[in-house]
Amino acid sequence: MTVAADITRGTPVPAEAALAVEGLSHRFGPREVLRQVSFTLNPHAFTVLLGLNGAGKTTLFSLVTRLYDHVSGAIRIFGAEIKERPSEALARIGVVFQQATLDLDLTVAQNLRYHAALHGLPRRLAAERIAREVERIGLTDRLGEKVRQLSGGQRRRVEIVRALLHQPRLLLLDEPTVGLDIASRQFLLDHVRMLCRSEGLAVLWATHLIDEVDPEGQVIVLHQGRILARGAVAEVIAATGASSMRGAFDALTKSGPG
Amino acid sequence: MSPAHYFRCLVGVAEREGLRFVNQRGRFISALVRPLVWLLIFATGFHFVMGLPPLPPYETYISYEVYIAPGLIGMIQLFQGMQSSLSMVYDREMGSMRTLLVSPLPRWYLLFTKLLAGVIVSVLQAYVFLAIAWFWDVRPPLYGYLTVLPALVLSGMMLGALGLLLSSAIRQLENFAGVMNFVIFPMFFTSSALYPLWRVQESSLLLYYICSISPFTHAVELVRFALYGQFNPVSAAVVIFSLALFMGLAIYGYDPGRGLIARRAAAE
Repeated sequence: MTVAADITRGTPVPAEAALAVEGLSHRFGPREVLRQVSFTLNPHAFTVLLGLNGAGKTTLFSLVTRLYDHVSGAIRIFGAEIKERPSEALARIGVVFQQATLDLDLTVAQNLRYHAALHGLPRRLAAERIAREVERIGLTDRLGEKVRQLSGGQRRRVEIVRALLHQPRLLLLDEPTVGLDIASRQFLLDHVRMLCRSEGLAVLWATHLIDEVDPEGQVIVLHQGRILARGAVAEVIAATGASSMRGAFDALTKSGPG
Repeated sequence: MSPAHYFRCLVGVAEREGLRFVNQRGRFISALVRPLVWLLIFATGFHFVMGLPPLPPYETYISYEVYIAPGLIGMIQLFQGMQSSLSMVYDREMGSMRTLLVSPLPRWYLLFTKLLAGVIVSVLQAYVFLAIAWFWDVRPPLYGYLTVLPALVLSGMMLGALGLLLSSAIRQLENFAGVMNFVIFPMFFTSSALYPLWRVQESSLLLYYICSISPFTHAVELVRFALYGQFNPVSAAVVIFSLALFMGLAIYGYDPGRGLIARRAAAE
């Protein structure tokens, strides 16, 4: 069963989707990891990409961030095709990868300055933004500490700060809460939702944890490389006839392919 | 992307490489101790075994220590090149290579900054080595310390590009031990670093041919001549050609469309 309660249906289509994926398929050798994946993300929306491990989330992220190229379909970030205008597209994306990507032997500030340099930010501007974002996320007193000394939750917070330094308009997070305790998870979720509201950031939050789906937000259900449902959470639940997101997910994945 | 963007990126990558190097004090010390062991022990042992007639760039009979000093500089740069490739493999495993690659600057440029940052570190190491070697009577003319700089940059880049190429092809960190065995040591021994090629020719013609086409031999010879204010055009040409070849292949390896990175992802 495929439910396409598209978020743009019935409302005026926005001039430019934050992220538009069209007919994206990807295979590693004989294994098809993504199959005809299409969806759009509205600017300013918090969208959860929900799927079990192995659903194809990380491959999707790798393609959207151009770690390697997509062979079929199209990926557009605010209208810029990632293969044709990679520089423009990448400048608008902030990413938090599933793997930890901080340099453990460098301090928080050094890690952040390195990232700012990769995006070509002048030193003073970088310092201003680092100070601002770090304060917002409550890590100001940790700036001079080596990342190795931070807890898992704090490291994730640093990675979120880092992803925001070049002021992207689209924030991608691949399983950002894996291995974190409940309090840290909630903190990250709340913080990113706040960013989405206050900064008008479009967010794609990949997870396998159903309780991270915001009942008032958007959801995309990815299963075995295919999109089974997308749209407002309430609509997706209603379309499956379930009473909760968990019920909807079970119904979709049971009746889905394979 | 303005030129200022490019420049800030380069500074940022170089700064990080420098910080990592300073933080890993063991790495700095071992990078220095390795060639010094060769100079102070190995070369002393061979001091009377190897007699070296005055062949260019040398004008007088020279001691074995003087002969192998450029070879040991080559060794420093070879290890540094491989070590920064080790850090690339490590970076990729740690995922921080990903953060580098999602920068909006073109990928070839990002790889180039990585390369240049490693070269800066290797040139510094080479000068520290030369300073210590001075006390063991390895005393090239003073202007040699200046004329060797472009040679060090070029040879460092060539060996760094080789490391970069290997890093795009190595799948896992453990394989680096293989690189040591199959790349570093064979390269070091099939070169003019430890023995002049005319001597090799006397014992094995095949080895002589292998040594004389090895890019590492030419990196060492380029440095050897430059240290005495002389330019070795053949070596320079081989080093530049190898640099272009290795860098081209490395860029191919990291190309998001064609390269090895996608194939590696498939294997994961």
